[in-house]
Amino acid sequence: MAVNVKELMKEKKSNRSLQTFTEKAAPAFFLVCSIVSILATIGIVLTLLIETITFFTRVPFMEFITGTTWWPFGENPSFGILPLISGTLLITVIAMIVAIPFGLASAIYLSEFASEKVRKVVKPILEILAGIPTIVYGFFALTFVTPLLQVFISDLPIFNALSAGGIVGVMIIPMIASLSEDAMSSVPNSMREGALAMGSTRLEVALKVVVPAALSGIISSFVLGISRAIGETMIVSVAAGSTPTLTLDVTESIQTMTGYIVQVVLGDASYGTTTYYSIYAVGMTLFLFTLLMNLLSQYISRRFKEDY
Amino acid sequence: MTNAPENKQVTITNTIEPDKEDKKTIYSIDNFNLWYGDNQALYDVQLDIPVNKVTAIIGPSGCGKSTFIKSLNRLVELVPSVKMSGSIKYNDKEIFSPKFKVEDLRTSVGMVFQNPNPFPKSIYENVVYGPKTHGIKKKKILDEIVEKSLKEAALWDEVKDRLNENAFGLSGGQQQRLCIARCLAIEPEVILMDEPTSALDPISTTRIEELVQELKKDYSIAIVTHNMQQAARISDRTAFFLNGEVIEYNDTDKLFSNPDDKRTEDYITGRFG
Repeated sequence: MAVNVKELMKEKKSNRSLQTFTEKAAPAFFLVCSIVSILATIGIVLTLLIETITFFTRVPFMEFITGTTWWPFGENPSFGILPLISGTLLITVIAMIVAIPFGLASAIYLSEFASEKVRKVVKPILEILAGIPTIVYGFFALTFVTPLLQVFISDLPIFNALSAGGIVGVMIIPMIASLSEDAMSSVPNSMREGALAMGSTRLEVALKVVVPAALSGIISSFVLGISRAIGETMIVSVAAGSTPTLTLDVTESIQTMTGYIVQVVLGDASYGTTTYYSIYAVGMTLFLFTLLMNLLSQYISRRFKEDY
Repeated sequence: MTNAPENKQVTITNTIEPDKEDKKTIYSIDNFNLWYGDNQALYDVQLDIPVNKVTAIIGPSGCGKSTFIKSLNRLVELVPSVKMSGSIKYNDKEIFSPKFKVEDLRTSVGMVFQNPNPFPKSIYENVVYGPKTHGIKKKKILDEIVEKSLKEAALWDEVKDRLNENAFGLSGGQQQRLCIARCLAIEPEVILMDEPTSALDPISTTRIEELVQELKKDYSIAIVTHNMQQAARISDRTAFFLNGEVIEYNDTDKLFSNPDDKRTEDYITGRFG
């Protein structure tokens, strides 16, 4: 086989003009693609902003952020967003009470204790959990969890914050488990060896060395989880109810910001009414919350980053 | 293999050897074999590690010297496929016996690694990690431990004003001395060192070598090294490993000046390895 590599390469190179064109065109194409997503973001934020401003020409800003009654329909509408915020926070708190311990414990198990075999089985299952559509979770909360809870809490209404929040938490477990596990797995083995060599048990190594070393990644995963819970829509629309209530009672029917937007979008608020504009104001509030959470997460991972 | 029987002799007669009656043994290793999966890494290792001396373990890469030293504190068991046979006695206690808790073994046998591995915590927290883990909580005692350990590791003067800074801000050599201090903080009997200077510059290396000389007054030290000059400079006894076997184990002066085995001679004169 007399293959002349140099000749072959020369042949390939003879098609120079097309190659030069591709070389120049490709970056331009990539640039256009990235600009599209930036433009979309700007467009969305602008729409939100403009409609929100229209809303505030009709409803005073102070009434919006300090009012304790949200009743957008009928004769005497009232637009105080606090009940929607309290509903959202209630769901978020319940969700995190479920998701943080279970997610973190799974991550510690997977990263520090599970054998290679177990990890190979458990991780894909967790990823499946992350791939279940949220509407399915919603139905599960409504038709399984709520009846189950009613066994213990007899006067629990069908729509309540507890089962919706709990299931939002279950939905977030894989996310926290997976991101925290990544953070812990990237702690170099030499640190585990160093701690083990001083007579630490594996549990001590996990809790006193690995978790602190991976803290920035772990906390970011919590913050992203919170942000996901705040933005979660389907589960709360299906299972939490549509009664904006300023309450801390987890057994009550509540409404979240996202739930309200769904209700109006699906309902009959006609274009141009104050109710119609209110969804933009609520959407803007929601956006500010999640933006804050994302910034917080970035700040934490940068601030506490450990370079091994 | 002319040496194996002789070593055995040493093992058996150790306590009554007339010319070395002051020399006590902290570790005695007998017929120790180790496999990674199906690959045997150590063959019938037979040697004694004396108290308050520096024992060097030399040999070419892949000869099993790191595996051997990590067997002494059972850290080698972190490799899932590892299998072992034979006996390693620490202070006359079999370290693989279920009665001997591995944490207790590792508490009295400290280890310093090839690459400095401080925790991503402050200098202070690094040193008190061990004492805290083993239940010492009083701030005053911990402060004393930190000062004493850092002084022993010849690092105190360099870091005393910045104990609360992150250990990652130290130079490589300082980090390694911090790891030694961390190890000294729980007052081990033995310090195992796995090529502790291979990642360090010559000046840091010299400091660690001086430190080893200081430390042997109070500790028994086993040190794996690539560097034959280092072994000759700092150790009292030297074991030469080749392909998982102990080829020769002798007083350092004897091994480097007049080795018993041809292969030892070839290695120390640079004919291979």
